[in-house]
Amino acid sequence: MTAVDIKALEKRFGKTAALEPVTFSVAEGELFGLIGPDGAGKTTLFRMLATLVLPTGGTATVDGLDVVRDYRELRNRLGYMPGRFALYQDLTVAENLKFFASIFGATIESNYEMIRDIYGQLEPFRDRRAGALSGGMKQKLALSCALIHRPRVLLLDEPTTGVDAVSRLEFWDVLTRLRDSGLTILVSTPYMDEAARCDRVALIQDGHILEINTPTGIEDSYPLPLLSVKSSDRLTAKRALERFPFAYSVYPFGEELHFTDSRAEPSVSEIKTWLHEAGVADAEVTVIRAGIEDVFMHRMPTVEGQTGVA
Amino acid sequence: MTSAPAIICQGLTRKFGSFTAVDSISFEVAQGEVFGFLGANGAGKTTAIRMLTGLLQPTGGQAWVAGHDVYSEVEAVKRSIGYMSQRFSLYDDLTVRENIEFYGGIYGLRKTELHQKSGDLIERLDMEAEANSMIRSLPLGWRQKIAFSVAVLHEPAIVFLDEPTGGVDPITRRQFWDLIYEKAAQGVTVFVTTHYMDEAEYCDRVSIMVDGRIEALGSPAELKKGHGVDSINDLFVLLARGGKRGDA
Amino acid sequence: MKAFRGFVIKEFFHIFRDRRTLVILFGMPIIQMMLFGYAIRNEVQDVQVAVVDWAHDSASEAITDRLEASRYLQVVPGIEHQDIERAFRRGEAKVAVTFPRNFERDLILGESPTVQVITDATDPNTANTVLAYVTAAIGTYQIEVLTTSGGARPASIVLEPRMRFNPELRSVVLFVPGLIALILMLVCALMTSITITREKEIGTMEILLVSPLRPGQIIVGKVMPYLVLSLVNVVTILLLASQVFLVPIRGSLTLLLAECFLFIICALALGIFISTRTSTQQVAMMISLAGLLLPTVILSGFIFPVASMPAPLQIVSHIVPAKWFLIVIRGIMIKGVGLEAIWQETLVLVGMTTVFLVASVRGFNVRLAD
Repeated sequence: MTAVDIKALEKRFGKTAALEPVTFSVAEGELFGLIGPDGAGKTTLFRMLATLVLPTGGTATVDGLDVVRDYRELRNRLGYMPGRFALYQDLTVAENLKFFASIFGATIESNYEMIRDIYGQLEPFRDRRAGALSGGMKQKLALSCALIHRPRVLLLDEPTTGVDAVSRLEFWDVLTRLRDSGLTILVSTPYMDEAARCDRVALIQDGHILEINTPTGIEDSYPLPLLSVKSSDRLTAKRALERFPFAYSVYPFGEELHFTDSRAEPSVSEIKTWLHEAGVADAEVTVIRAGIEDVFMHRMPTVEGQTGVA
Repeated sequence: MTSAPAIICQGLTRKFGSFTAVDSISFEVAQGEVFGFLGANGAGKTTAIRMLTGLLQPTGGQAWVAGHDVYSEVEAVKRSIGYMSQRFSLYDDLTVRENIEFYGGIYGLRKTELHQKSGDLIERLDMEAEANSMIRSLPLGWRQKIAFSVAVLHEPAIVFLDEPTGGVDPITRRQFWDLIYEKAAQGVTVFVTTHYMDEAEYCDRVSIMVDGRIEALGSPAELKKGHGVDSINDLFVLLARGGKRGDA
Repeated sequence: MKAFRGFVIKEFFHIFRDRRTLVILFGMPIIQMMLFGYAIRNEVQDVQVAVVDWAHDSASEAITDRLEASRYLQVVPGIEHQDIERAFRRGEAKVAVTFPRNFERDLILGESPTVQVITDATDPNTANTVLAYVTAAIGTYQIEVLTTSGGARPASIVLEPRMRFNPELRSVVLFVPGLIALILMLVCALMTSITITREKEIGTMEILLVSPLRPGQIIVGKVMPYLVLSLVNVVTILLLASQVFLVPIRGSLTLLLAECFLFIICALALGIFISTRTSTQQVAMMISLAGLLLPTVILSGFIFPVASMPAPLQIVSHIVPAKWFLIVIRGIMIKGVGLEAIWQETLVLVGMTTVFLVASVRGFNVRLAD
């Protein structure tokens, strides 16, 4: 059963396209991630699905309802968490929750099951003003407010931005449990590592969808061999690899370098020799599996003069 | 170039009423070092940076930035450093060139020198075509690269970068770090905070703040070995989980 | 020095590239000059004079002609002595001149007949000016008689001025009702104008929109608390007016409160309307202050009489809600009138309120502005 069905949905402002025509669907009970940097078009897409912005082309249905025609009914069934966790800073945790429950004609008691997981951690702070909460707590409160009316589809726009690493992990645990209980969830995020926790993922950049697949599928789609190069002198290694005749791309990845060879069957020893001759004696070169970020960078449309060999 | 540390902190503290935001931190940053200053939101990072850049006076301890005392030589500190933050660096309604000229002027660069540097900067960033475009028309990544270049235009000894790559696409992020390395190679000390743990690995040394105190300090390799973890991300989660401020 | 210069240049850039700042910088002074220049008048024009003529002789008619001839005065026919009070309350006349029986005879006989000049002193400035005009008109007549008779007939007339409603000519009587209108308009409109834009700014408006709440519910819901609190304000202001400034409340207090209630809703509705049309609190506040404060002070008749302004400004004053409310509030407080005298103005206010409310609901975007 499809929860979200999008066909050639697009948004233009005058001549500029915030979102080029996009087509994909999300199944019921799926945890779907929209991965891309700032300005990629994630928020534009979410706002159209949330019935907040009119598309300039294409159609979309959420839970079987058209986002343009049936927006009023659809708003009863959606849970929406916009970026910047829109909460009433001068109301307490409990007051915020009560308010959002009431405007949907729900009560906290009737739907407590849904938010029990998350709200449990907020309970001790129920009388604290939302403005005085930490980023991680605000995030949990905003999620609770979006869930309190038992929506059928949840739209979360960059819920982990500006939140510390630990809270991010906990948040994704919560999302996974919600998905397991049958809720359809669409999440957008700029963090590539979060893609791994989704059922399926759409990579988006500059208003274009680069690819849609399961995380594994995306990783599999990397077209060339990828090697990890570790050494004590990363800078020299990087420069050496950039000069390598078969180099396709060289990117730093934490303590490693990700080197993509333009041949189908690269030789590890050849590369090691090359590095050795450049003065890098202790290089560890291993063939690795591509990650989401590798694929993203590979697929990104690059601007003239700013090539992949950075 | 002397070998005196670029930054020295001894027991640096900042209290706000009864709340201690920064609790007696001590560390040194060598000249030309790329130093990663990590910590969860609310851990005290921003307060610490504000003290080091002369924006906030400490309530205890001591610190010297570029050899100047942060208590008594605040103006000298400001003249010796460059600063760039995620939230704001450049004026939206001015062009690239106008921004460069404005900041250059503030830091006392002479006209001919400024003109030369402006041209060099634009060429280095490959932005000849965009030199007269409004900042607001450029993508985030490009803005951040320009902002960084502007921050080091007056050739400061130290540059402070507060989450400079938040939300920037992965390729531009790495180009940004190329710029950082270039400057570091020229002897500029780079003090950077970031939420991207892979960027922590790019630093010479890293410190992790939890609840106002420094819980880890050292090179990425040392720290990982010492705590028995594979990545700085794992180390961060390990230390931050022990923090209490993150709870509320 | 160079740093300073660079900074100043930058500021010039910001100003010239921000349309809003330019409008304020250059547009406002011009608009203000025009408004103030034309509106601030101390002269009065076309003041309605009721002539109660018991004499019907050539002297009284001669003086009446003088009054008619004055460009400041305009004789209103058909008002008898017993109608004067009502005419004042209704605003049909501002001054009444009465000629006693045998006016001419007494005049010729040198018996100094008394001519009463009864003025509506609600606006003491106007009252004094009007009295001066009438006195001047009568004086002209006296001089004429003197000269044509070669100095034989002194034509001595005793003028008996009477100030109705405000015998002590206290200007506070003029100002305070106007202040009430100004304060209510400003506070109410300002408050509601930022409330919706605030939600837009912090982002909670998005969530409200994606909820079952209807625009009508949101708007009325926003107006409610301010309505209740404003009533408290009104009572406070009226207490201050009557107890501290000793401004009379001659009419029905219930009617007064009801009319204030109506005006408050009107001001709130206007504020909400501004709120639905702007996206930042700053702009909303600027429009409320500049767009409401100025016209309310100048064009409502608060200090400067509307009748003295050039025709275009008079037309514009018709759309200023405070103008109608001022007539109502002065009528009830100072003149003690009832609904029968002010029902038209009340109707206008009701109409305006409805228009603002409907426009707000219609103009309320059920989606985010593109």
